Amino acid sequence: MTDLEPVARVSITVTVNGQPHSVDVEPRLLLVHLLREDLNLTGTHIGCDTSNCGACTVILDGVPVKSCTVLGVQVDGCSIETVEGLEQNGELHPLQEGFWQEHGLQCGFCTPGMLMVSKALLASNPNPTEADIRRGISGNLCRCTGYVNIVKAIQYGAAKLRGEIAVSTQEAEAAHAG
Amino acid sequence: MIPASFRYAAPRTVAEAVDLLASHADAKVLAGGHSLLPLMKLRLATPPVLVDINRIPGLDYIREDQQAAQLRVGALARHVDFERSELIRARYPLLWDTARGIGDPLVRNRGTLAGAVAHADPAADWPAALLAANASVVASSPRGDRTIPLTKLYVAILTTSLAEDELITEVRVPLPRPRSGGAYEKLERKVGDYAVIGVGVQIALDEADNVQQAGIGLCNAGSTSIKATPAEAFLVGKPLAPDNINQAAQLAMEASDPLEDDRGPIDYKQAMVAELTRRALRRALARAQGGAA
Repeated sequence: MTDLEPVARVSITVTVNGQPHSVDVEPRLLLVHLLREDLNLTGTHIGCDTSNCGACTVILDGVPVKSCTVLGVQVDGCSIETVEGLEQNGELHPLQEGFWQEHGLQCGFCTPGMLMVSKALLASNPNPTEADIRRGISGNLCRCTGYVNIVKAIQYGAAKLRGEIAVSTQEAEAAHAG
Repeated sequence: MIPASFRYAAPRTVAEAVDLLASHADAKVLAGGHSLLPLMKLRLATPPVLVDINRIPGLDYIREDQQAAQLRVGALARHVDFERSELIRARYPLLWDTARGIGDPLVRNRGTLAGAVAHADPAADWPAALLAANASVVASSPRGDRTIPLTKLYVAILTTSLAEDELITEVRVPLPRPRSGGAYEKLERKVGDYAVIGVGVQIALDEADNVQQAGIGLCNAGSTSIKATPAEAFLVGKPLAPDNINQAAQLAMEASDPLEDDRGPIDYKQAMVAELTRRALRRALARAQGGAA
């Protein structure tokens, strides 16, 4: 028979955006709360809190997950990427640039989740079709722009990540008109 | 929303896990967590102990065992593993269809087949598909392993015949026969919602193109996942001609017992059981005859 200690805080070590952290967590603490409240990384948003909307998406050991549906205690020894890790040395990540150029957001609430899910998508599929992108982001809800510009933003980021010269829709239209 | 407090253990072996289940009343197993954690956040489930099996190595396999004539699926094989598996795409189209339609991509990255089977939600896709496939589960406990056919697993909504100290360590699906095919048809309002109705079909044909074996499972069509046995029995020995497909669809509908909810009234759902059964049978037939999709 194995007897468990009464509910206690558990010491975990987790690497977030390359930075190692040691934290004591209650087992019931959700990963999203660990990130936002213990590590002060509030870029990851809590949207629906019911595993539906994807606003809280982070990348856990390379796999995008809803951080409201993973326990903090489960990520002991794991590596996590959040939206804060995208920008490098003051340079926006190509996907962030894409969201900027293509007006891929209005209120921005879903954006951190959209960015992380699309980063993971492009890691496994650098040249996705529009259908691949739409399927890839189908677990992430946007309630203001619709998805047209988000898809364009991801296409822009994908092109740039492939080393191509990314041209925004607006620039392409201006060039066409001129 | 934050779950109620619980004690947490992450065993490294199956033996340790089932020992924990045996020594802690009402403990729950945490696999992918995409059914259990949402329920805990809503405080609809308040288990005093969680046994997290994610740290047990070697449970994430999906492999064919020719000797046992079974596809063997470990307790930690996730929906996405089926979606990405060439073996599943090529040889188990019923399972491939099913995996691709579960929840959304993020849910599929975490959720497990065995967890969905153990959760026993009649609105879940895997149990219906696996009833069609004549699957069984291996339940491990401190007393050893036993194999339970899926038809003996489901007792009531969210209730199985598993003992408190039993853990599903493997799900088994018979290897596909020659000239067999399957399909899963799901009607859903939007990505991530439960099925309005889902129907899984697995058939094998003999040399004269008559049905040698048929499996039909219904999702969200009653208080448990349903195996439409009369429809299966009707088809055996017959060709899958339109009249027979219609009659099987009628029998599948009669085996269903859906409830009215915001996904639709009873008569609509019954009509969908019949229609999705027809569609799944036609696709399964095309696949059994070597056609695409």
